[in-house]
Amino acid sequence: MRASSSPALLLLRRLFRRRLVAAAAVVLAATVVAALFAPLIAPYSPTRMDIVHRLAPPGMAHLLGTDDFGRDVLSRVLFGARQSLAVGALVVCLATLLGTVLGLCAGYFRRMDTALMRFNDALMAFPDILLAIALMAALGASLINVVLALGIVYTPRVARIVRGAVLVLRELPFIEAAEALGAGRMRIMLVHLLPNLVSALVVQGTFVFGYAILTEAALSFLGAGVPPTIPTWGNMIAQAQQYMGQADWLMLFPGGAIVLVVLSLQMLGDGLRDALDPKLQRLL
Amino acid sequence: MIRYLLRRVGGLLAVMLMVAVIVFVIVRVVPGDPAAVMLGTAATPADIARLRTELGLDRPLAVQFLIYLKQIASLDLGRSLFLNEPVAWALWQRAELTGLLTLLAAGLSVAIGVPVGVVSAVRRGSWLDQAATAVSMFAASVPSFWVGLTLIEIFAVHNPWFPVSGWGGPGAGLAEHLRHLVLPACALGLPNSALIIRFTRTSMLDVLQEDYVRTARAKGVRPAGVVMRHAFRNAMIPVLTVVGLTVATLIGGAIVTETVFGLPGVGNLIVSAVLRRDYPVIQGTLLVISGLYVLINLLVDLLYALADPRVRF
Repeated sequence: MRASSSPALLLLRRLFRRRLVAAAAVVLAATVVAALFAPLIAPYSPTRMDIVHRLAPPGMAHLLGTDDFGRDVLSRVLFGARQSLAVGALVVCLATLLGTVLGLCAGYFRRMDTALMRFNDALMAFPDILLAIALMAALGASLINVVLALGIVYTPRVARIVRGAVLVLRELPFIEAAEALGAGRMRIMLVHLLPNLVSALVVQGTFVFGYAILTEAALSFLGAGVPPTIPTWGNMIAQAQQYMGQADWLMLFPGGAIVLVVLSLQMLGDGLRDALDPKLQRLL
Repeated sequence: MIRYLLRRVGGLLAVMLMVAVIVFVIVRVVPGDPAAVMLGTAATPADIARLRTELGLDRPLAVQFLIYLKQIASLDLGRSLFLNEPVAWALWQRAELTGLLTLLAAGLSVAIGVPVGVVSAVRRGSWLDQAATAVSMFAASVPSFWVGLTLIEIFAVHNPWFPVSGWGGPGAGLAEHLRHLVLPACALGLPNSALIIRFTRTSMLDVLQEDYVRTARAKGVRPAGVVMRHAFRNAMIPVLTVVGLTVATLIGGAIVTETVFGLPGVGNLIVSAVLRRDYPVIQGTLLVISGLYVLINLLVDLLYALADPRVRF
């Protein structure tokens, strides 16, 4: 078969041989579809209030019940998926970009290594959530600032892995060959080193995606994240806290959504790590 | 060893200098004038100008940074804008609660994580191993505050065995404090034990494949003796590092847990400082917690050398 020789297909086949990984990919794909088509799927508007039917338990009219303003929980969870996924994806992009630049420079330019890695260590000396709320305090509460803050928080993890990989790659003959042929530093970094980092970045990006969703939820819960008017999963749980014991579904469904998505991301990350490159396991 | 120690302490100071730079910069990236932001909308221009001078904001940035470093060196973390007391004192008053909570959670996660991890590795592929792997993966995906809220719901609201929040009155003794910390310590420690399970299991599996374990088996040491005397002690060395690292995670988690349980600790201090934009408190807390983290990691690395005679510097 010709198809089996394509590396992408081979990878997918190896990846989905494990049933759990395949299930995780299906869950994530379904979440992305639900987020994209939320306005079409959601039975109600996420902001439509219906005070008469406030705090209604899950039932036929409202599959997942209603909240304290009579808003439909299912619709809010669906629209919340948009915020959580958007935050996760943007944080991954930002952290990968910054971390790759930092890690490439530290790994390739020996002179910058110590200073850059001390900076990296310093950033990693703050617990994630602490650095995130401090940055939010400085930047102010908004969706974009959450992305900026979390992007900065997760940059050092990416940088450390990129640097580790570059330190190994730098000593390999093909880099020496490229240098001997007169390739410039930029060309070596972008054309020769970067493509070899892709699999490490993909794996790390999957994990960072999950962390970002969890930390975003915690930030919203602490009141230092996305403004409370936007229905993110974290905001929904924070608002549900006062109805604990009388309206448990308010907390259960957004929390369950977070667990499902983050768990799937972790499984996919594990699967990708095993499928992409056995050598990677030592680095990550 | 002495040279290694000196080099590590030097590295620690360099990292702490970077930490100070980062903390300093974070407060300076506030859009607009920090003095105006701190005083709110009702402030007069004269008030703002006075605070600017008080905070030294009218001096050049480099001078401000040097003054800041000098203050840190003399252990002066500034005054809280809201509490009207020194930041160091505010932190010290709340350190007992957060320290106790972190220690309890760390103890709990080790007490669960190490035995389960060892058994998982020894009985690899058994139902217990599979269950432990599944549970630890699940635990790593649950938002920490959700665990806390669920525990409150089950063990404080439906079954009123433990207090819902707070940490007892000012006159409460240690026993009363500990009773208030049971649920918070579980909320913080249980998810963390998942991490310890994973690392203990991996580390045990590595060690069980070593030649000296095979030799011990071959010369007829009882299976339990092989696991405990030969494998366990060596497998614990990398786990020690992970426990050190998780202490930092736990301090971060304590911020969220204290908010869930309404505990007046360091986490509570910084969350209210963030909501009130009390920048000296934010700066001071960041500096102290990251300093602790760096210090704990240095101690763990030194313990490493004591625990493992093979490690030479």
